[in-house]
Parts: sequence; C-alpha cells; structure tokens
Amino acid sequence: MEHKNYNAINKSVRKKDSMQLLLGKPVYTGDMVPKDALFVKLLRSPHANAIIESIDTSKAKLVPGVVDVYTWEDVPENRYSNAGQTAPEPSPHDRLILDRHVRFVGDPVAIIAAEDEKTALKAMKMIKVNYEVLEPVLDFRKAKDNPILVHPEDNWSVPSDWGAFQDRNIIASEDNTHGDLEGVMNDCDIVFEHTFHTKQYSQTPMETFRTLTELDRYGRLHVISSTQIVFHVRRILSVALGLPKSKIRVEKPRIGGGFGAKQTSVTEVFPAFVTMKTGRPAYCCFSREESQIAGSPRHEMDVTVRLGANNDGTVRALDVYTLSNTGAYGEHGPTTVGLSGHKSIPLYTGNLEAHRFAFDVVYTNTLAAGAYRGYGATQGVFAVETMVNELAEKLGMDPTEIRDKNMVREGMVMDAYFGETANACALDKCMARCKEIFDWDRRYPVRDMGNGKVRTAGVAMAMQGSCISGLDVGSATVKLNEDGTYNLIIGAADMGTGCDTILAQMVAECMDCTVDDVTVFGADTDASPYDSGSYASSTTYVTGGATVKACEELKAKICAIAAEMFGCEKDSVEFGSGQVKNIETGDVLPLEEVGIKSQLFNTISPEATVMHSSPVSPPPYMVGMVEIELDKLTGKVDIIDYMAVVDCGIPINPALARVQTEGGIVQGIGHTLMENVTFTENGRLIENSLMQYRIPTRLDCGRLRVEFETSYEPTGPFGAKSIGEIVINTPGPAITHAIYRATGVWHHELPITPEQIAMTK
Amino acid sequence: MITINQYVRAQSLEEAYELNQKRNNRIVGGMLWMKMQRGRVGTAIDMCDLGLDTIEETDEEFSIGAMATLRQLELHEGLNSYSDNAVRDAVKDIIGVQFRNLATVGGSIWGRFGFSDVLTVLLAMDSYVELYKGGIIPMEEFARMTYDNDILVRVIVKKVPAKVIYNAMRIQRTDFPVITCALSVVNGEYRSVIGARPGKAVVVRDEAGRLKGGINEESASAFARDVAMKVHTGSNIRGSAEYRTHLVEGLTLRNLMNMGGKC
Amino acid sequence: MEISIKLNGRSIKCDIDPDMLLIDLVREHGCYSVKRGCETSNCGLCTVLMDGKPVLSCSMLAARADGHEIYTLEGLQEEANEFAGFIADQGTEQCGFCNPGYVMNMVALLRENPDPTDEEILHYLAGNLCRCSGYEGQLRGFRAYLDYKKSKES
Repeated sequence: MEHKNYNAINKSVRKKDSMQLLLGKPVYTGDMVPKDALFVKLLRSPHANAIIESIDTSKAKLVPGVVDVYTWEDVPENRYSNAGQTAPEPSPHDRLILDRHVRFVGDPVAIIAAEDEKTALKAMKMIKVNYEVLEPVLDFRKAKDNPILVHPEDNWSVPSDWGAFQDRNIIASEDNTHGDLEGVMNDCDIVFEHTFHTKQYSQTPMETFRTLTELDRYGRLHVISSTQIVFHVRRILSVALGLPKSKIRVEKPRIGGGFGAKQTSVTEVFPAFVTMKTGRPAYCCFSREESQIAGSPRHEMDVTVRLGANNDGTVRALDVYTLSNTGAYGEHGPTTVGLSGHKSIPLYTGNLEAHRFAFDVVYTNTLAAGAYRGYGATQGVFAVETMVNELAEKLGMDPTEIRDKNMVREGMVMDAYFGETANACALDKCMARCKEIFDWDRRYPVRDMGNGKVRTAGVAMAMQGSCISGLDVGSATVKLNEDGTYNLIIGAADMGTGCDTILAQMVAECMDCTVDDVTVFGADTDASPYDSGSYASSTTYVTGGATVKACEELKAKICAIAAEMFGCEKDSVEFGSGQVKNIETGDVLPLEEVGIKSQLFNTISPEATVMHSSPVSPPPYMVGMVEIELDKLTGKVDIIDYMAVVDCGIPINPALARVQTEGGIVQGIGHTLMENVTFTENGRLIENSLMQYRIPTRLDCGRLRVEFETSYEPTGPFGAKSIGEIVINTPGPAITHAIYRATGVWHHELPITPEQIAMTK
Repeated sequence: MITINQYVRAQSLEEAYELNQKRNNRIVGGMLWMKMQRGRVGTAIDMCDLGLDTIEETDEEFSIGAMATLRQLELHEGLNSYSDNAVRDAVKDIIGVQFRNLATVGGSIWGRFGFSDVLTVLLAMDSYVELYKGGIIPMEEFARMTYDNDILVRVIVKKVPAKVIYNAMRIQRTDFPVITCALSVVNGEYRSVIGARPGKAVVVRDEAGRLKGGINEESASAFARDVAMKVHTGSNIRGSAEYRTHLVEGLTLRNLMNMGGKC
Repeated sequence: MEISIKLNGRSIKCDIDPDMLLIDLVREHGCYSVKRGCETSNCGLCTVLMDGKPVLSCSMLAARADGHEIYTLEGLQEEANEFAGFIADQGTEQCGFCNPGYVMNMVALLRENPDPTDEEILHYLAGNLCRCSGYEGQLRGFRAYLDYKKSKES
C-alpha cells in the first residue's frame, strides 16, 4: 500500500516544547525542588561482595541539619524488581531498598536525609560500617555454577520464570533450534565461528538520575521523577514500600534524556522512603559518578555465532549463543538477552534453512545492568553482521551483494522472529539507496592517503522491533474543547524524543486541524490513561495506534452531538475540517458550537479513550555505511562520513526521525571507538566520570547523512513502525568492518582502541 | 569538591607568598584540577588582582603571566607565529573553550602533571619559569624540582631561532593524551620532548649526533629509535608501555619528517 | 563573606561561603538554565558568560566572580531568540538539557567571530556535550541562521 499525501504526517514541525528548552526554562525535576526539601544521599559499599556486620549511624545523626539516617534495619523486607516492565516481571524480585548483603562496589548501604547536600555528605563520612568481606564473582564467564552465589537469600523469587536457577547464578536460560541445524551445517561449504564481546556501556544522558517526592494535599505519596515509566514506578514503589498503589501518584516533567536508562526505577525508592518516614519533601539526585557506577548500563555479553554458508554466498545456518551479564541485580536481564538472537538472525531470513538461539543470563558482583537503546539487539547485530562481513571477505564477495542475496524481504515469513511476516520491509531499497548516495563502489576499496593513513569503508544492516508483541499497552484520550481545539492526554513519556509532538501530529491528521490546535498532557498516573511507558520503540506504533483509534471514536461522538443539534440521524452527519456538516441539508456547524453545546444539557461526552496493543512487533530496518580514515601508526580511526538509510514505515516527523538517527549513530560510534568499561581487580568501575568515560564530542563523529525509505505497515498508524532504538545498531559492525579493510584484522570486542588496532598484527 | 575556610585576593606577591607558607593553604589558578579533590583548604589564595593575566611580547622574549589562560595562549598571534602554531596545537584540543578560559598557565605547569600538553610544548622551546623567591629557572630544571611553597609568577619563552612541532595521540579528540610528542630545533639543537608517558614530560637531545647532517629518512629513524629507547614509558587505562614506546618512535619520526620539509 | 556581582544586568550583593561555586550562586538566584551534568568540568552544561567570555560556572568560585559581570541564558533571551528558532526547526534541541550550555557558547562565539566556518563552529562548541542529537542538527540549524543573517545584510 502506498502512502498518501498527508497534511500533518511526514511533516517536520517544531517540537511543542522546543523554544522553552532552547531558552532555558526551568522545566526539569531539579528545577522544582522546594526550599524545604530534604536532600537524600546514599553511602555506598566499597566492596563487591560483603555482609554488613554492624553499622553505626549515631554520630552521623548528631550532625546539625541531619534529619535521619537509615540502614537495612529500617526498611521493609519485601523484595522487588526495579525493572520497568509489565508485571508479572521476568526480572527477579531480588532487591531490597537497603540490603544487609551488598553485592557490587557502589551498592547502597545507608540513606542520609539532611537539610542540604553539604550536610548530608558531611554526615556520610561519620557512618561506621564493619563489613564481612566475601569473595566476589567478577568474571561473568565464571559465574555460571560458581560456588559463590550472588543471591543466596531465601526470599528471592522470579514472578515470571524464564529458565532461572537461583543456585547456579542463572536468572534466565533457553535453547531453541529450528530445522536440522547440524545437518545443514555439515552440508555447508564454509562454517566458522567467533565470540563477540561487548561491555556495560552507559547511556550517559546529560541529566543524571533524579527524583523529587512529597506528600500531596491528600497525604498521598507524590513522585516527580525523570523517568520513562510512570506506571511501572507506581507499582514498584507500592511493592517496595508496602504502600497501596492508590496512595501513590507518579508524574514526569521534562526529562534530560533517557535512552532506556530511566526504564529502570533507579532513584525513586530512596526519596520516597524518606518522605514516607519524615512527611517532608525529599530530593535525590545522582551525581555523574553515581550514574556511572550505579546506573543501569547495557548488559555485557559474549555473543558466539557459528555461521554456515555456501561458496556462492548463501547464508544457510546461524547458531547464536549469548552469555549475558546482568550484574548484581537482575532487572531487564531475562528480556534483553532475547533480542540478541531474535533481532539479528531474522535479517538473514532469505536463505536460512536452520537456526539455533540459546542463552544464559548470569549474576555477577558488578553493577546491575538495565535497558539501553537496542536492548540486546545491538550486541547481537554487532556479532551477526561482523560474521557476514567476514564471510563476504572470505568469499571475495561484495558485502552489499551478499546481503542483497540473503536479506529478509517484504512478504517473507521470519521463522526466527516469532513467525511474523515482514509486511513492511524496504531493507532492499535501503541498501540500494545507501550504496548509491554513499558512493560505495568508490569508497569500499582501500585507498592509501600517502601519509601513513588509509581510507576505507564498511557496511552493516540492522533491525529492531516496534513494541513488545502481545504485551505493551498504549493509551490515548482525546477531547474536544469549546473553542474547537483538542486535548491529547497520554501516559507515554516524552524524554526529548518529541513523542508529544508526533502524537499531536497524528491527532491533527485525524481531526483535520493544525498541530497547534492540539494540547498534549502526559504522563501522570493520576490523570493519564494507562501506558506501559516509553520503551521498546513502542510510542509511535502503539500509543500512536491508540491515538488514531481514539480520534475515530471522538469523531463519531462529535457527529452524534451534532446530529442531535441538527435533529437528524447520526449517519446524515459528516465530520470535516473545523466543522460538522448535515449531508442532506448542507447545513454546517463549526466545531466551537458543537463544543459549547457539549457543555450544556448534554449526555454525549466529547471525549474518547482508547487502549491499544499489538499482537505483532513489525521491525524497522536500516543500512549504515561508514568511511573511515585509519592512521596505521597510531591506530586512530577518524570517521569521515556515515550514511544511513532507514525504513521506519514512514517518519511521522522527518526532522525528529533524522535527529534520532544521527543521535543513535553517534552513540554507536562512541561504544565502538571510545567508550570503555574496565574494573579494578576488586570490582571497582574505573570509568566513573566523564573524564574517564569518553562519549563522542562533535569533533569525533565526522559527517552524518540520513535518508528514509518508506514502507507501509498495515498495523501501524499511517503505516508507521518505529525508529527509537534501531539507530544505534549499525556503527559497531560497520566500523569494525572498515577497520578490517584497513588492517586485515577482525576485532571481536568493542570498543576497538587505537592501541588494539596499531599493535595487533 | 574541597571545602574552603577563607578566600583571599592577594594584593601583592609578598602577601600571596606569605599565605602560601601555611600547610593547608592553596593558590587557586583555574581550580579545574583542585575542584576534583576532597579535603579541607584553609585559605584559598587568589592572585587574580595581581595583573598576572597577560602575555607580553618584546623583541627578546614572551612573558606569560601565571594567571594567563590556555585560551590566551591559543589565540596569541605572536607566540603562535614564533612557535609555528605549536602552542595552539598543544592546547586547542583540551576539553573546550570554556575550560581553556579558566585553566591558567601557572596551574597547568605547577602540578608538573604527566598529561600536561602545556609543559610538553614549553619544554620544546627555550623557556623558563620565574618563581617569586626562587628566581628565574630553566623549565627543564623546574620540571625536575619537587613541590615547594614558592609562587610561580610567570613563564618566559626566549625568542631564539627555533622551529617547533607539537603532536599528541588521543583516543577521543578532547581526552587526556595517551602520549605527547613535541619536536623542536632550538638554536640549532634538536629536542624531542615526550610527555604523558604517563609520567611528566622529559627532554631528549641528539647526543649521538644522528641529525648532524640534517633530517633524512635514515637519520630521522635513528634518532627516533634513540628517543624510544631512552624514554621510559608505563601503562595505565589509556595505554600500555609497549604502545607508548611504539608511539614515541613513530610520532618522533613523523615529526622529524614533517620538520624536514620545513628546514 | 560578602560579594557583589552584576547578574544578568542587575547588581546584587550576596553573602556566601568561600567555597560556594558560581553555578550554585546563580541557581540560587533563579537562573535554573545553568545545569550540572558532571563533576569533572567535561560537559559544558554550566556555561555562563563572565565579562563576555564563556566559562564553566561549576569550576569557578563565586568569590572569584566578585566585581565581575555574569550573564546566564536568563539574561540573554533576546540574543538567543535570534537563532534558537533555526535550531528548533531542525528538531535538534531534543531533551533540551544541554541547550543552555551550547546556546550560551553560540552567543559567545558570535560575539568573538560573527562569521564562523563550520569547522570553527564545531571547534568552539567542542566542550558542549550532547547525547541525544548527534550534533549534526545543531550545526545545520546554526548554519541556517548564519545564512539567513547574511542574506538579510546583503
């Protein structure tokens, strides 16, 4: 199906909050802290694995300005998970607000509540803790069946069991084979295998984790937080604090970036606990250091891929095993790992005869991982795409042609992707277009620049999903006002991505009005219709789907009101731009009049709420090509040019979609070339600041170019799919490929440092 | 962040010096490094009122006040014309303009930090420090001195005939350097200056006379090899000793070949 | 101790601790646009103008600002408004948390160099980190503004 010409869809309109943000208005959590709020700081464990034998907070409590200091003895005993996901969660209930057993360097040991930050930090120094230091499990390759258990406690549980074995440090495991894997492998001309290692990269949003809590005018817990998941936070706090959900309200102001970091309830429970204990507002703001050492980074993974192909480049079998390191706590552990196979293998649906995907997710005494854009797909795509690039090089085939030969195409059934059909797939067009615009034929050959540097190119393709099929829920309420404008109320969280604006564009399209005529409100658990939250690339697709349906229902109701005003039947009335028309008489009622009448002796509410969920998760697809200049002496890689062509169905707002892509590419460049994660032998994270954890500056990314190829997803609003996560998936394999072209060496671990390039022969 | 009991703007060098004799008082430069420390400072001594924030140029020398910023170094036409832009090259990738508007020359070299681009490039030129009590001391000697409670007043760069090239290897464009590598010929004498080893910068001269006959591929390779053998390197999270030695040799050679074109 | 500064054109006297940082002083005076993003002077979110020059307010003692003129985005709304719209057209402001930092630095750049090349823009803004946008859109928007300014002048 083709896209038609839209009025508000596929239009680059400014975000609704753009000028407020650019002119520095105080719209973030940290700008709303009342003068009498307590500052909440956390004393953290210096040991990777220890039991608190004794903890003496008496001196700390005496410091003037300290209101209280809490330890494991003061908190409820209900274990919970802080994962932002639909309950019953696959993530284990393995957390306490404060635990006597601390499990990573940085695990909280005490909560200090004081009148100001300086006082809290002063008091922190006076807390005396005696630890029984235990030997930690720091190496995730040694965690499975290690006699040292990260979670030996009796009250550990997993609400939704995905193959967990508490006594083996395993929180999820699976092994599924489709087809005659060994038979096909044995029949292949070429079979080879590698293991690919990725680390706990940090999302590093510019705004660190922070939450403000208070008791509202009804004595309920009111939470204002930089979060992507208001409804999940309400549930998590309810379980952690032992409070009924009806006593908790969670809302989000403007958020300074998320990328999945805030799909975990990282800070909320601490100030909430303090507010419940003291009755006072409380503010907990993680420093950058805390955000680095105790945030919610990407899962460290070893992805082992065995690939079987024929000499003509047909990819016939893929065997993927992922070992994932969930860290000290299991949030998002069981769920991220699945994407490493489910969103990499299906890229090669074209000729795949057999495949296997297996995984283990293990605990270690390192920082707990969480959700980061890509959510496991990034690691899997790095592995599979690099294997295919190596196959191409081994066979002397052009890597774009080998993909043309094997890629999933529109209409194919993806066995490795829950049997879904690729109803909207323009991946082939993405490849062709990218090749053309990038000038692949000229740049793929290695060119010696004569000064010790060479230029070369690499390629990768990627997929992701749009929502979690059969699970995610999105809702929208649309109402007509008496001035003919609309209110859109959502529970999804705009974290800077612009979903507020995009959804308003959908309303504008459906109701045939301007985007300015749509006022957006979200997300607040007291006022918003239920939404799983902004993650899994679901907002445009699912919440958008709800928005479109809500508009249709609203139009019907507006027509019903108008019919009463006309005194005619409902089907004699037609909704148009700013008006309702009586088809028989030709009479017209402006929407304002309908709106005014709706407030006067009226029983048809000019408001519609729809909840939407999808049984499928249609993948967006993309191709990334990169040209690098590599200094053979120093090993330094400079990005010259990165070209991406994305099939997200249709970009609802091309400017925003383009910026999403550019942002994701730069994050990908970061974890491929410069964002490193290393630990001391005692398990302390070394990259605990922006001084050590180097994210790309604008001098590190070269020139970025983005284009779109459209496809039409029948289950998506206006044929749209998603774009939020896929954009981080191509740089890893594309740059790795280019580095191989320049040096003859395949690197199987990210980041690839200049030293590794220069010194590996 | 440190805590500070008292803040004083010294009205004279003598006042700054006297205050600095107390053990837990500190001179505050750009404060960028000090800000990341913990602990108590008694009196923070600010020299911003002493007119030390200028770069003066005469026919003989540049006089760079201790409170002059890295940004001033970056933008100074005369200094960069003299050093073939090596001074600009040394500082232009340090974090950002806002950072360099705060970081002072004095603060950058007083610590004699290994990662200091500024120390490296100054050692490549005929440079001196003026200490309040210690007088004028050659930069090389100052770099080897232990810390004391003297005050750094200014840096002097004498305008002797020189050619300078600055090079540094960074993993990410505005990061600390993995190695710094300056090369100069000052009054006819070649100097290779290697810093961020990770130790502080050291000067290596052509004692074996490899470059007596000028720079060509053979002489340059020989000297580069000498430098690599003489300079001690170590390992940290940004690089191994072996990689640093590899860079020392390679970048010194590269610098020489680039300079060869200029001589 | 007591200091006097001119903040966004207004002379104010403040009683401060000697170790108070300028960022905390200006935020106390309602300048919420000035943000903290790190503890190591790397991110540039806290950029303010002191005597017209961009500096990191997180790394400067408020006491050092005594007798000087400080501007935050709150005091430069008109100047920022001139080009902010061009950036908004690109959708590149995204989460907005880094915006005040680079908008301040763009104001400073234009005052120092009213007609910068792309390379000069990128280099001047190198100390302003952004995680959302990939930087490219900020350059597009700023370049669109500079082109528009040139076309108006000609």
